[in-house]
Amino acid sequence: MKLRMKTWLKIVAVVLLVYVHTAGLLMDVPRLNILNETVRALYFHVPMWFGMVLLYLMSLYYAIRYLRNPLHDDDVKSVSYAHVGTAFGILGMVTGMLWANYTWGSPWHGDPKQNGAAIALLVYLAYFVLRGSLDNEEQRARLSAVYNIFAFAAMVPLIFIIPRLTSSVHPGSGGNPGFNAYDLDSRMRLVFYPAVIGWFLIGLWIVSLRVRIKKLEEKILEIE
Amino acid sequence: MSTKIIIQLIRKEFILELRRKSVIAGLGLYLFSLIFICYLTFNLRENSISAYTWSALFWLTILFSVVNSVAKSFIGEKKGVFIYLYTIASAQEIIIAKTVYNILLCWLIAFVGYLLFSVFIFDPVQDRVIFLSVLVLASIGFSTSLSLISGIAAKASNSNVLMAVLSFPVVISILLMAVRVTKNALDGIDRSASTDELLNLLAINCIAGVLGYILFPYIWRS
Repeated sequence: MKLRMKTWLKIVAVVLLVYVHTAGLLMDVPRLNILNETVRALYFHVPMWFGMVLLYLMSLYYAIRYLRNPLHDDDVKSVSYAHVGTAFGILGMVTGMLWANYTWGSPWHGDPKQNGAAIALLVYLAYFVLRGSLDNEEQRARLSAVYNIFAFAAMVPLIFIIPRLTSSVHPGSGGNPGFNAYDLDSRMRLVFYPAVIGWFLIGLWIVSLRVRIKKLEEKILEIE
Repeated sequence: MSTKIIIQLIRKEFILELRRKSVIAGLGLYLFSLIFICYLTFNLRENSISAYTWSALFWLTILFSVVNSVAKSFIGEKKGVFIYLYTIASAQEIIIAKTVYNILLCWLIAFVGYLLFSVFIFDPVQDRVIFLSVLVLASIGFSTSLSLISGIAAKASNSNVLMAVLSFPVVISILLMAVRVTKNALDGIDRSASTDELLNLLAINCIAGVLGYILFPYIWRS
């Protein structure tokens, strides 16, 4: 099992994010009504949700692996991915509220997408509560893996399906144009895709650090 | 897996339920008290609430009663019962039997709740067929997902709190769909407007059912 992330991946992540921050703040963006400069939120807000879903997907993968073959390492990985995914989700929520404050007029607009995302985060917070209230280690790993699969299945309709069914003012749902409609000259893609990759790599890096810390803590406990 | 064992298990649930009449009576009283509290606090004889408030009150009442009744399916069972069940049936048979029993119980709660609401408060439903079908589908969804959650919560120490924490986020998507269809049914909008939501509800039910069926053996094993 590899715990340590490849060094070149870390360098790529840092370089990409330095590029994203400079280009994302300085480069020209299309002029659009209402949105104006806030369209730059695309580089910081959207990658958070991409990162969150990908990290939850990894968490789901390790949860399934744990159920197929109960290895302690898979449980540690699963919970670490869920932790970092939740952190990404909270950051996505905060950046989204910042953006909404300027375009919709208030940080919490009660949009179906906002509500769905908030509930999805609640599902994962419930997952951590479940882990906290089970004492037996093996039982905790197995039951939380089961709930993890359930949580992912509950998250998908909340974030991807329900906002598309209702009248949402969030870009990309409820018949609103997503970012594809904005960047006709593809300038924004040049920053957006590196941002998604960069943030996701940073997420993976944090996960690998968390897993290593957890391992070391366990080793210390064993020695003591 | 055999259907005979499943039917036997469902029969066992019914016999036990009828034998301890206090449980089912308690449930009925819970439902009645909730509705009566709504009636008293809103001073409802003067028709002072809108149809939408009615639907919100109705779904909250159903949700709380259902969570309370389905939570019993694993929480509060004696350890010996689990071991006995373990020896006579497979995990799949048990979850199917529990889910089917819970679905029947939820239907009972939902229909009695609707009846009491229309007696004590009023009956704003214009399209009964759509409303009843959403009651049936939402009850199936509640009981399939809550049966599994109840199995998880029963293993933890503070199971009653955990039941609420784990279940509400999961049933919210079912509840949102149900409320949307209810709104259409209250307004008597053309049925074609509700079919999409009903199909979605059916799809969520299928996902919850399949997940319960696949995942329950892992919970049961401990």
